Amino acid sequence: MGFSSKQMMGLGVFLFAIFVGVPLLIGATGRWDFYFTLTSVALLAIASAGVWLTFYIGRINIGQGAFALIGAYVSAILVVKAGWSFWLSLPAAGLFAALVAVLIGLPILRLRGVYFAMITLVLTQVVTLTALALPITNGAKGISNIPLPSGLSLFGIPLIPDFGSMENTKLAFYLTACILMVVTYAALYRLVNSRLGHLCRSMQQNEELASSIGVNIAYIRIVIFAISSFFGGLGGAMFGSIAQSVYPSSFQVADSVNFMLNCFLGGLGYVFGPMLGTLVLYFGWDLLFEFGKYQMLIYSTLLILIIRFLPNGLLSIRFSKGDKS
Amino acid sequence: MSSLIQVKNVTKKYGGLTANNDISFDVGEHEILSVIGPNGAGKSTLFKMISSFTPTTSGEVLYRGERISNLKPHIVARKGVVRTFQETTIFKSMTVRESVVVAQHLRAKASLAGYFWGSRTAQDDVAAFGKYADELLEFLGMSEIANELASNLPQGNLRALGIAIGLATAPKVLLLDEPFAGMNHDETMNMVNLVRSVRDERGVTIMLVEHDMPAVMSISDRIVVLNFGEKIAEGTPSEIQNNENVIEAYLGSADDEIGM
Repeated sequence: MGFSSKQMMGLGVFLFAIFVGVPLLIGATGRWDFYFTLTSVALLAIASAGVWLTFYIGRINIGQGAFALIGAYVSAILVVKAGWSFWLSLPAAGLFAALVAVLIGLPILRLRGVYFAMITLVLTQVVTLTALALPITNGAKGISNIPLPSGLSLFGIPLIPDFGSMENTKLAFYLTACILMVVTYAALYRLVNSRLGHLCRSMQQNEELASSIGVNIAYIRIVIFAISSFFGGLGGAMFGSIAQSVYPSSFQVADSVNFMLNCFLGGLGYVFGPMLGTLVLYFGWDLLFEFGKYQMLIYSTLLILIIRFLPNGLLSIRFSKGDKS
Repeated sequence: MSSLIQVKNVTKKYGGLTANNDISFDVGEHEILSVIGPNGAGKSTLFKMISSFTPTTSGEVLYRGERISNLKPHIVARKGVVRTFQETTIFKSMTVRESVVVAQHLRAKASLAGYFWGSRTAQDDVAAFGKYADELLEFLGMSEIANELASNLPQGNLRALGIAIGLATAPKVLLLDEPFAGMNHDETMNMVNLVRSVRDERGVTIMLVEHDMPAVMSISDRIVVLNFGEKIAEGTPSEIQNNENVIEAYLGSADDEIGM
């Protein structure tokens, strides 16, 4: 597949920066707390990638928090109660979230626009309440004794070391999250540029015309929503493992809204938009901490201004020049 | 001429309103059949039922003896019966060529997963889609605007784009929704020639809904006339022009649609 040399270089610089640059910089400055921040950004970016994908079929998804929470609980329960390896529970969490998405998506994906958005907005609350009510999720006490991921070996060859015996789990988690994020976005990029992505674009622009050319729009919608929720489950499971605990409030409606804002901010037209959006939004909020009680006011004003003046997201600044020529 | 599509006793009711009442006719293979009628005669509704965009209340539509009504639109398209829309229904942020490539969905041999991993079959598909798109646009005289964004096209080209998208699915029957609406004489004649060559050179059976009488008379092998949801006449253009029911329906409707 044709990548220009410029794209290859950009990718190289990016990979070098996150896998070598950041650890060196943190080592030099001693700001170890940044590992946790950047790990969070990477994981939130994974969940945001899923939300971006539902935007790609023309649906506003404000329910990713629900699937992140489901993923976190599934992984926690499998590790704590069933004794699974975390590394096995991770894909299982994603798959379970995807399965739930299929069941929920069947009835609600027929809805469009604000109606779909409103139903998804409720989902996070529904999952939170379910987690409070079910015995297996331990109610409000949550699951708070999740062990660190154990080592993983295949045919006696160690693939992943035991996190429990590590001195620097922060670095290990950071690298794991970055690898997951890179794989997620590579998959997303590939998907968008394959036929499935083209069909999504056709549906986003005109569902009637898409179905007239033989696209099974109901099926594609379900597949996309499932993949989207898989990413949500993955991100959530990893989060639970880092925090070593999951509570019904681990992901709330506000988180779901943030996942959506990440996509808006970065740009709905760009695959890597949600990644940038997550980074800017997360750091933006932290940087405004100094303003104390005005933090929310300034934050929301800035967001409104950005959405007003950059409706195609931050990445449109870079690309707008080329488009107009 | 064997009949390819059979419309059998099709009725559509919206609440108390009867949009189509007990309509029956056949469409022969390689025929160009027009459905005409004053505004509100139920032409569009009939089209929607044939393409399964809306279910029938009673009756059925058969394609080669197989029922195609009351299914899903994509299944009907898969069988080879494809409709076009009026000009506003396009993929507006795709180029002409991209639209025609994506519309070849039904010709794909590889699975969606195959495309994701870039399998051999998928690569062959992509090459074949591009080749067919170029060939089709050449045939339609649209090669020059292949890389234009659909949203930048003038109205006449949008209509052609709609037909290009429909043809890209390699249909057996193409249902055209008002292909001549809003066109001047020259544009209409070009479109008439285009539709005719689609039938003659591609072997596609054509059904169209239209208001433009001169165009309908010159292009159609047969015409079905609807009025107030009922079929009032069926026949060749000369039979229709001399049919008393038709004349009455048009003159009685007090508009100048007949335009002859």
